[in-house]
Amino acid sequence: MISAPVLAAVERGGEWELPSLNHLFVFPDMPGTENWGVFSLNRVSLMLLFSALALATFFFLATRKGAMVPGRLQSVGESYVEFIRKLATDVIGHDGLKFVPFLGTLFVFIFLNNMFKITPFIMLPPTGRLHIPAFLAILVWLVYVGVGIKYQGFVGYFKEVLFPPGVPWPLYILLTPIEILSNLIFRPVTLTFRLFANMVAGHILVVITLITIHVFFVVGPGLPISIFALIISPLVFAFELFVIGLQAYIFVMLTAVYISTSMHAHHEDEPVPVP
Amino acid sequence: MEGSLNVVGYGLATLGPGIGLGILIGKALESMARQPEAEGMVRTNMFIGLGLVEALAILGFVLALIG
Repeated sequence: MISAPVLAAVERGGEWELPSLNHLFVFPDMPGTENWGVFSLNRVSLMLLFSALALATFFFLATRKGAMVPGRLQSVGESYVEFIRKLATDVIGHDGLKFVPFLGTLFVFIFLNNMFKITPFIMLPPTGRLHIPAFLAILVWLVYVGVGIKYQGFVGYFKEVLFPPGVPWPLYILLTPIEILSNLIFRPVTLTFRLFANMVAGHILVVITLITIHVFFVVGPGLPISIFALIISPLVFAFELFVIGLQAYIFVMLTAVYISTSMHAHHEDEPVPVP
Repeated sequence: MEGSLNVVGYGLATLGPGIGLGILIGKALESMARQPEAEGMVRTNMFIGLGLVEALAILGFVLALIG
């Protein structure tokens, strides 16, 4: 009976033990670019650059010939813009058309970077590194605060957010800190961590399933575990695909909702418009 | 008994938001089925409520990692 660590040790010609989970999150710089300072490349930066270039190329090619009867590439681009347009007008209303480029870019960027989680040979989502969802959430924060200030004036927007109308004034002492926390701080923080946590958890799940198949593939005690992992690996991939799409959609949908609530002032005596 | 109390704390923190999300989304689905014309508005308000309820679960996850 050969056990898995012994087999791995024989393969590598010496002592071997299973690396800790932190090993999944160590990213050395690419050779040759170590002393470029902040511009040095590692796997994550290369993936971001590749996704940005790929998306730019795809959309450029899709909209190059503005033909009335679209060809295949153009009709894919058109159906995607239609989907984002429907989302924006359902949530924000007629003014939503101004935000279709922003929402469209956000959705397809997050979706493509999430898809790297289940791509063979690249199993690593860049959105599972904390700085990328954080940056996108800061962008969203700037956009919805900016929209609020533009549509309701600087003082008017903060007065409406921090002092909601229709509340007897002693309650403001209790309500205002909660409103500050909820509107200005919690929204970007939860956007960040929702995306980040889903991607990290999925990344660990996928990688550990695949490692289980490999490490336990020895004759005897480990083989049933390896075959079980092999059978459930398509289910894990399918589940992760669902989570990828859902998290990208939720991010963009919440952005649209925040823009909508910034834009439409809530008056006490008017009926609330259907968003 | 060894281990990290952080993870037990996070496990307990998922009970409330799990039930809350189930109730919220269940009622939203029910109302969308009763009146399909109101689907857009119900969905928007469901997402607003979802953001508030999920904040607690996310806070649990973050504090389990950090604390």
